Amino acid sequence: MSIDTINDADSVSESPSPEPSSTPLKRRLVGGGQSLAARSEPMLWLHGGALVICVVMIIGLLLLVLYQGATTFWPVAITQVRTLDGDTVLGEVTRNDHYHLGYGDIGTFSEPVREEAVALLNPIFQKKLSKIEDRDGVAEFINRQSESVERSLQKLTSGLPQVVEAPAIQRNALTDGISQLLSAKQSSIETQVASDIKTALQADDTGAALFALWQSWQDAEAAWSSTPNPDAMLDAIQSDGDVLSSIYGNRFLTLQSFDVETAAHRRLFRTGNYELTNEHFTWVSDFATEPDSESDPEWAVLFERLTWGRFYGVPKELQVDGEATETDPQAVWAKFLELHPVVRDRWHQRRDLEISDTGQINHELEQARLDLRSIELANGKDSPEWEEANKQFLAEKEKLDKAFAEIRSQIQSLDDENDRYQMIVTTSTGQEHAIPLADIVRTYPANQLGFSERLGIYFSRWWEFLSDDPREANSEGGVFPAIWGTVVMTLLMSVVVVPFGVLAALYLREYAKAGLMVSIVRIAINNLAGVPSIVFGVFGLGFFCYLIGASIDQLFFEAKLPSPTFGTGGIMWAALTLALLTLPVVIVATEEALAAVPRSMREGSLACGATKWQTIRRIVLPRAMPGIMTGMILAMARGAGEVAPLMLVGAVKLAPELPMDGHVPFVHLERSFMHLGFHIYDLGFQSQNSEAAKPMVFTTTLLLIALIALMNLLAIGLRSRLKKKFAYSQF
Amino acid sequence: MPRAQPQKHPFTDTTMQNETMKEPNAQDSSAVATNGQTQLRRLERIAAGEHLPSEIHPEIMDESAILEIKDFCLWYGAKQALFDVSMRIPAGKVTALIGPSGCGKSTLLRSVNRMNDLIDGVRTDGDMQLYDQSILAPDVDVIELRKMMGMVFQKPNPFPMSIFENVVYPLRIDGENNRAVLEEVCERSLRGAALWGEVKDRLHESGLSLSGGQQQRLCIARAIASEPEVLLLDEPCSALDPVSSGKVEDLISELAGQYTVLVVTHNMQQAARVSDYTAFMYLGHLIEYGKTEVIFSEPRLRETEDYTTGRFG
Ligand SMILES: Nc1ncnc2c1ncn2[C@@H]1O[C@H](COP(=O)(O)OP(=O)(O)OP(=O)(O)O)[C@@H](O)[C@H]1O
Ligand SMILES: [Mg+2]
Repeated sequence: MSIDTINDADSVSESPSPEPSSTPLKRRLVGGGQSLAARSEPMLWLHGGALVICVVMIIGLLLLVLYQGATTFWPVAITQVRTLDGDTVLGEVTRNDHYHLGYGDIGTFSEPVREEAVALLNPIFQKKLSKIEDRDGVAEFINRQSESVERSLQKLTSGLPQVVEAPAIQRNALTDGISQLLSAKQSSIETQVASDIKTALQADDTGAALFALWQSWQDAEAAWSSTPNPDAMLDAIQSDGDVLSSIYGNRFLTLQSFDVETAAHRRLFRTGNYELTNEHFTWVSDFATEPDSESDPEWAVLFERLTWGRFYGVPKELQVDGEATETDPQAVWAKFLELHPVVRDRWHQRRDLEISDTGQINHELEQARLDLRSIELANGKDSPEWEEANKQFLAEKEKLDKAFAEIRSQIQSLDDENDRYQMIVTTSTGQEHAIPLADIVRTYPANQLGFSERLGIYFSRWWEFLSDDPREANSEGGVFPAIWGTVVMTLLMSVVVVPFGVLAALYLREYAKAGLMVSIVRIAINNLAGVPSIVFGVFGLGFFCYLIGASIDQLFFEAKLPSPTFGTGGIMWAALTLALLTLPVVIVATEEALAAVPRSMREGSLACGATKWQTIRRIVLPRAMPGIMTGMILAMARGAGEVAPLMLVGAVKLAPELPMDGHVPFVHLERSFMHLGFHIYDLGFQSQNSEAAKPMVFTTTLLLIALIALMNLLAIGLRSRLKKKFAYSQF
Repeated sequence: MPRAQPQKHPFTDTTMQNETMKEPNAQDSSAVATNGQTQLRRLERIAAGEHLPSEIHPEIMDESAILEIKDFCLWYGAKQALFDVSMRIPAGKVTALIGPSGCGKSTLLRSVNRMNDLIDGVRTDGDMQLYDQSILAPDVDVIELRKMMGMVFQKPNPFPMSIFENVVYPLRIDGENNRAVLEEVCERSLRGAALWGEVKDRLHESGLSLSGGQQQRLCIARAIASEPEVLLLDEPCSALDPVSSGKVEDLISELAGQYTVLVVTHNMQQAARVSDYTAFMYLGHLIEYGKTEVIFSEPRLRETEDYTTGRFG
């Protein structure tokens, strides 16, 4: 029934126009959409595909950073493993690596590990040669390889030091001699080598005999290579035919051994204990460990310390005044938990004294010195005013010195009290090491932790990271000063760049008469966006720091010279430099936004008798605000992620003094600052302990991205509120 | 066009006027000829670039004019948009400008408050006088001039701010910040624009959230907020439904007397209903200008009649 209807419909649609394309309708139905462009699917696939590629790349990057950054602080188990050379390695597994083990790698191994590696490789070598033997015979194969073997031999010979140093005549005699000998005795040498290899192959299935043969040949070659001069070398191979065939065999086997390899797995242990072992990390290959020697010792404890990085070991005893109070790990740990907070409290007290109180005294002393210097500059050194001031200064200095000594003695007594407590820890190799309790930042018996305790440690590490100062060359501790510097610098930059950019764009779009000049200015601004950022850094250093900053110093901070105040990199100069860098972004975005304000609105306002500026301020600017905000968001994202120019104009590796403190005038925009982007660069490329710094690089990157995202979200939220206000409903 | 017939006007009056008018123009052109062919030639001749003098009914001269346009020409770059337009706009009356699309009605209207200054390449010739003072002279304070004239545009253009702020905008830019004054003006203007009832509870919502017709009435409220001398309305009802149009028309009738209104419209009935005088323009030329009743019932030119009755244009 239904089929009938369809047929009917077909016949009806065909009947009116027997010849196709004779009516417009028919042409539309049949002929239209034939060209590729007329069909939307291919374009859809193209657009969709492009989007997918972009999204996949971005998400991939974000996921990598997120995973690496988020897992850095998770406390993992502490693993202990014994290696074949008798070492015991205790630490956290931080990395896994699959690699290819070949004969070339075994030279660096110690004896027992080497044996194990050779035992892994020999059967593969044996199999390879057996296959050659089965296919076309070793002798035949050597014959085919003879040229490359000879080349390898000649190369070896001419590279030996005694040959290089010998006169050319001798050198040539040796090479010629070898060639002659080889061509004369080639077949006998080849048969000899082939039969030796064949015997070895048959003697042993595991390849041990083959390896032994290779070793003996190697030894023979080594002996010959150490012959003192080319003449003697030539003599040796001429007089004894076995020498040449051994060398020849060794060359052949060495050439053949290059592609003999096996898949191997190794782990990177973070072993800490740097002052004892001189390394923070050790690679341990699976084949190099003793079977069944791996364990997670119950009392393996990780110590994060103020200096020297981490320490891994088992608590042995807790000493007070050099006397052991507890000796059983359990009891030591309990006692430690009791004492540690007290000791740390004292340490914090001590640090506060050192930083704020001593800092205050230093500040006052510096002020007094500057006052004296000002008077010296004003009145000369021998004037009565100076004498008077100097007297005052000396009195002040004496008072401050006394206060300083007071504080030092307080610090000393706190230190002395803290020094009474230390923990003796046994390392995996049995060494004992004393760790002062005051030195311990965080410690935990990793293998006894439940999930919630791990979570606790994880978050406490994050908190330390976000709120503390860095230590250990930035690879440990927190990044608070860097967060602070980044946020403040970015905000300062926005505060500068947005008004400037908006004013410039307003002039360009609203006041300037369109013409050649305006076009040139526009092109120049767009090109400014393409100038390498380091160039802005150079400009900032030269113009802001050295020119303007130095002038400010001359005028207002003369007493401090020659040490510069504004005449060197600082957070203000950095903000200004980045403002310059991001200016084109703001100008272009603002211009677009201004252009998008409907002409009718301006006319409406002008027709009401508003002046141009009133129209701009009351109609155009509010209406363009969302677009201006977009420019600001882009500028902030660009500025916050920029590193290169900052290196020149004020970002430093370590600046624990924030540009804001309790000393008048409270905000010190001339100070240098830390920046997350620069911190990443410093961690990743300047760090001594790059392996330990690597996870911190990801964590810091994650933090920087999160920070920029947060600032952008705030701006976007603001913008969407503005946008809602101006939503245009027509009819 | 039954509604366009001016009913209140006695028939005899029109005949009399017609007769008086025919006299001075009799030999001046073929306009009075009864033959349709000859009359249409007038428009063809204008299209061909010839300039023919406008038919201006003499009773306009009896009115006291607030605005006097004298031989006004305007060029957009090289293209001339207005040709020797001369008009007297009577004070306190409603004057309608009609004519086919592109004939220069908006251009003429915009010239009155010098909005055309904003367009690059505009050149003018001739003169316009408001209270016997030229408004085209270079030393005229354009801002003050515009403050004397409220303008409503063809397309509604409310500002991106609240309804209240939209209405009191002209006062704000004059620096008026007295809340009581502003509120009083706002209510009066919105009532005047027949919008008060609809928006009195949402004065602080965005002006952009109104419907198109409401937006247009908001613009009218804005235009009358500063109590201008002259109201320039450029097709104020083109975006409105009949009910809203009716309200605006009532508004215009009310405003007449108090203000001088110059209104552009494409709606013949509307022009007939609201205006006292009507000017018919074609291709930048003023063709005929006279009392509305006369223009719509017995114009002196056949072209005008053809246009008002919808036979061309
Ligand atoms: N900004 C401009 N630049 C150049 N030419 C213009 C400009 N504005 C208007 N014109 C031209 O001037 C002539 C008159 O335009 P105008 O806008 O005054 O017509 P109008 O009578 O208002 O028409 P409508 O009834 O369609 O609104 C038209 O030919 C138009 O193309
Ligand atoms: Mg118009």
